[in-house]
Amino acid sequence: MSDNGQTKMVPINIDGKDFEVPEGMNLVDACESVGVEVPHYCYHTHLSVSGNCRMCLVEMGTPMRDRATGEPIMDDETGKQKIGWMPKPAIACASKAAPGVHIKTQSELTKSCREGVMEFLLANHPLDCPICDQAGECRLQEFATDYGRGFSRYVEEKNVKPKRTVLGPRVTLDNERCILCSRCVRFCAEIDKNPVLGFTERGSHSTLTCYPGTQLDSNYSLNTVDICPVGALTSTDFRFKMRVWFLKPTKSICTESSAGVNTEVWSREGKLYRVTPRRNDEVNDSWMTDSGRMLYKMVESEARMQRFRIDGQVCTLGNAVLRARELIQLGPVAYVASGHLSVEEQAMLRKLVEKEPGSVTFVGHTKEGDGRLITNDRTPNVRGGLVTGLIKELPVAELDKLRRQLESGEIKTVVCYGEDLTKAGIPSELLKKANLVYLGTHRNATSDVARVLLPTLTVFEKTGTFINQQFRLQKFYQAVPGPAGLMPDVYILDALLAECAGGAPCRPTLEQIWQDLAAKVDILAEVKFNKIPETGLLLDGSAYAGLPFCEGSGWHFEPQRELAATSKF
Amino acid sequence: MAIQERRIIYKHVDEPGYTADIDCYMRHGGYEVLKQALQAKPEDLCKEVFDSGLTGRGGAGFPTGMKWKFLDRKSGKPIYLVCNADESEPGTFKDRQIIYQDPHQLIEGMAISAYAIQAKQAFIYIRGEFINGARILENAIEEARAKGFIGEDIGGSGYSCDIVVHRGAGAYICGEETGLIESLEGKRGYPRIKPPYFPAVLGLYQCPTIVNNVETLAQVKHIIQMGGTEFAKIGVKGDTGTHIFGVSGHVQKPGYYEVEAGSATFGELLYDLCGGPLPGRKFKALIPGGSSTKILRFGERFTGKHPNTGEPFDWGVEDIPLDAISLRACGTFLGTGGAIVMDDSTDMMEAIANLMAFYGHESCGQCTPCREGSLWLNKMTTRMCSGRARTEDVDLMKNIADQIEGRTICAHGEAVAWPTQSHYNKFKDEYLDKIARQGDGRGRYNPNGYPLI
Ligand SMILES: Cc1cc2nc3c(=O)[nH]c(=O)nc-3n(C[C@H](O)[C@H](O)[C@H](O)COP(=O)(O)O)c2cc1C
Ligand code: SF4
Ligand code: SF4
Ligand code: FES
Repeated sequence: MSDNGQTKMVPINIDGKDFEVPEGMNLVDACESVGVEVPHYCYHTHLSVSGNCRMCLVEMGTPMRDRATGEPIMDDETGKQKIGWMPKPAIACASKAAPGVHIKTQSELTKSCREGVMEFLLANHPLDCPICDQAGECRLQEFATDYGRGFSRYVEEKNVKPKRTVLGPRVTLDNERCILCSRCVRFCAEIDKNPVLGFTERGSHSTLTCYPGTQLDSNYSLNTVDICPVGALTSTDFRFKMRVWFLKPTKSICTESSAGVNTEVWSREGKLYRVTPRRNDEVNDSWMTDSGRMLYKMVESEARMQRFRIDGQVCTLGNAVLRARELIQLGPVAYVASGHLSVEEQAMLRKLVEKEPGSVTFVGHTKEGDGRLITNDRTPNVRGGLVTGLIKELPVAELDKLRRQLESGEIKTVVCYGEDLTKAGIPSELLKKANLVYLGTHRNATSDVARVLLPTLTVFEKTGTFINQQFRLQKFYQAVPGPAGLMPDVYILDALLAECAGGAPCRPTLEQIWQDLAAKVDILAEVKFNKIPETGLLLDGSAYAGLPFCEGSGWHFEPQRELAATSKF
Repeated sequence: MAIQERRIIYKHVDEPGYTADIDCYMRHGGYEVLKQALQAKPEDLCKEVFDSGLTGRGGAGFPTGMKWKFLDRKSGKPIYLVCNADESEPGTFKDRQIIYQDPHQLIEGMAISAYAIQAKQAFIYIRGEFINGARILENAIEEARAKGFIGEDIGGSGYSCDIVVHRGAGAYICGEETGLIESLEGKRGYPRIKPPYFPAVLGLYQCPTIVNNVETLAQVKHIIQMGGTEFAKIGVKGDTGTHIFGVSGHVQKPGYYEVEAGSATFGELLYDLCGGPLPGRKFKALIPGGSSTKILRFGERFTGKHPNTGEPFDWGVEDIPLDAISLRACGTFLGTGGAIVMDDSTDMMEAIANLMAFYGHESCGQCTPCREGSLWLNKMTTRMCSGRARTEDVDLMKNIADQIEGRTICAHGEAVAWPTQSHYNKFKDEYLDKIARQGDGRGRYNPNGYPLI
């Protein structure tokens, strides 16, 4: 970094062409940043360099200088500084971008190095792609096609190793496929700080294993599966479920906590199969929790609500909204919601509250986090409630005030959005007496006693934004359609609003909601929904700095309250 | 006899009545050089070593004084000295005589070297199989400590440094200096990538570290004793001092012989000192300096201009002078001086299969070309010796070696590639001949030799 905090760019030369790349960047990444692929297995941007796979070998040289005087040695023919090429190929991953570095990624020697490494890697590889989960997203397959010879000269017997070693509750190892790149080992040691993996045996008989008496059971264990360049580490949940080339990736945000982990949701024909982390160096690097990956199972949960209902009877949206309006206007009304709502839903709810005024309370879902990617706030979007103006105060765990109001008859109608009020201190007997309008995805003790049920969609079935603990506005997209007959939450809120206001529903697009937000909220004035970058947009949250947010420090986050704001990462 | 041993390091080896205890060592003038060295400035001692032209005796032959200069002294981190006593290269058995018979010579050499580089702590990493060697060294260190030659305030100089003996666990790769360092740190002996982990900058515990061979450190004592320039007069330009040749294999008198560099030829070593070939046999091949160095074939001619004299030469194996420069001019290396001699009873395919069995077994498994290539060559050459060789295997062998050389983390890759490439270059005809005959029941090439695999 130079003085002004900007990364300094330095000239490097790749295959005779000049490029500018950030100084000090790993050469593998630097080449990628200008569109030149240096194939690699063991190198990973977020792990230490081990240099063991040798796939990234290239010819490398630096501008020559006179040993005695330090003066550049010029080439009379070209008029440029002469390049001193190293006698042997060098691994790109062990070098950093420095001024004048020259590399050849296409020379005969470089090609021969790659062909050699590919042939060696495949020598003892079982070549069981037809039954391998990694097939289709396997570096070994890709590089064999791109850089291999296309045939093998290996006629000896292949090594035999165990094919289904259980390393932990969620990870199964196929030892024969392992190319011993040590990425998983380094992840456990360096990122998870839980060094349970290592190699035993020597040479080509080396075998990945857990240290005696340990297993790979950390809540971050599945990251090893993601970074394994081959099909050696497999997710026990996903194993043998689906060929990956049938799967469609959709960008999403993990709702496990306010960390706002960037994810990719993989689906086929409306069915979800897995969730993997999406790289965001400001939020989660390349990682996510195992628990966050399992959240997709909520979509097909038994408790999912599928129908609009009035007093338990199935009805149309129109009738449900009509009845809800009646109950709200009967009043007095109170609204209960939480940080589970998207920014757009919070904005629409605010409009409803403006039309039909009542108190708005967020129920807090706090539980001690892990100091990494799970924060103490187990909802993704409390900040959204503040920014949209829906709430002024932070969420509460117990709705004591509302309980008293219900007991005294001060409040008669409750619009509850996704919360189980019985868990927030309101007995179900009390709820039964109230006029309860319930919006949400899954049944619970509260929805069971609601007068009007308005089923909504999960994060996987709709598009929207969340604002994480850093005040980073991040988008998630619809991966699969919701249950037949249901619609995005904002349409339901819009229908309710139209019903209350006496107009026709207009089904606002997200862009329209954002135009409205930009006009109303200062810090969103410049934000256009379509322009929000995939890695998020950092908002100015300074106006809320005084609030006692519950998050502690974690990866890429230090709470504002404590001044020693050095990132752990 | 034109060839004369010149015993400097081995002066007392096998000397009747000479024992490994400190009293015997001191009766022979032991630790006097240390006392004298402690009077000098450390940097002056380093300069003596630099001027001596001493090259490392661990195999790579890197100039010791130069290596010491690379030490990162600015970092402020402690400096470590590590003695490489892993001696595991097949054919090499020179360090063990020092350790077993004259351990105080090594300890004095280490104490001087440690003081010269201002090491905070010294280690001896000794191969696991040298169980008694480790005991002898520990005992000797105890004795030296009791006399104040090692430990706190050495010889009243104010300088303190202790030596710890660490036993390996039987892996050849822990002799490679960065694999050794990892192992010393208590980890798996995986060699490190260089850059960035040059031991002199980021060595043991990421601190500047000098790793030197046993013999190298013993030589330091004699350099300080006679002075760098004086030492440089022994031997030839670029290869000073004496070399210990550990000759094994098909000679009448295998053993260790300490000879001034360049003072005689291989022919003189093998015929005059080692008594020539076994009765009725002829020399066939010579691995000059430990099993990883390139093999030479008796009968081939080496020609060129000698780098030291500029004179043209035309040599057979017998004519090659016993120095690193001449051997390099002939396309091979002096390595550790472990010379392996093979006579005409040797089946060269079995010989290479034997080497590959070793290197395939000893590859640490970290980097792809060496890990896979060495096991491939091992499996392949073993198969070839069992009567199932294919003609195309011969070229394939060479090609696999070419795919390893220069592309690995450590020089174990070369240790696999060089023997294979040189065997191919020199004995391809024998391989093809053997393959042609393997069908008719005359497959073994050496009816009166031992099977090597
Ligand atoms: C595979 C391999 C094995 C080695 N084994 C030994 C050994 O057993 N003893 C030794 O002194 N050097 C060994 N070396 C050489 C060391 O890496 C290193 O060069 C040496 O210890 C440096 O000491 P020197 O400069 O005094 O020669 C080995 C090198 C390689 C590549
Ligand atoms: S299991 Fe995968 S990540 Fe781990 S060392 Fe093997 S190939 Fe690499
Ligand atoms: S060259 Fe061989 S011994 Fe050296 S690091 Fe690579 S695999 Fe290990
Ligand atoms: S990426 Fe594996 S050696 Fe560079």
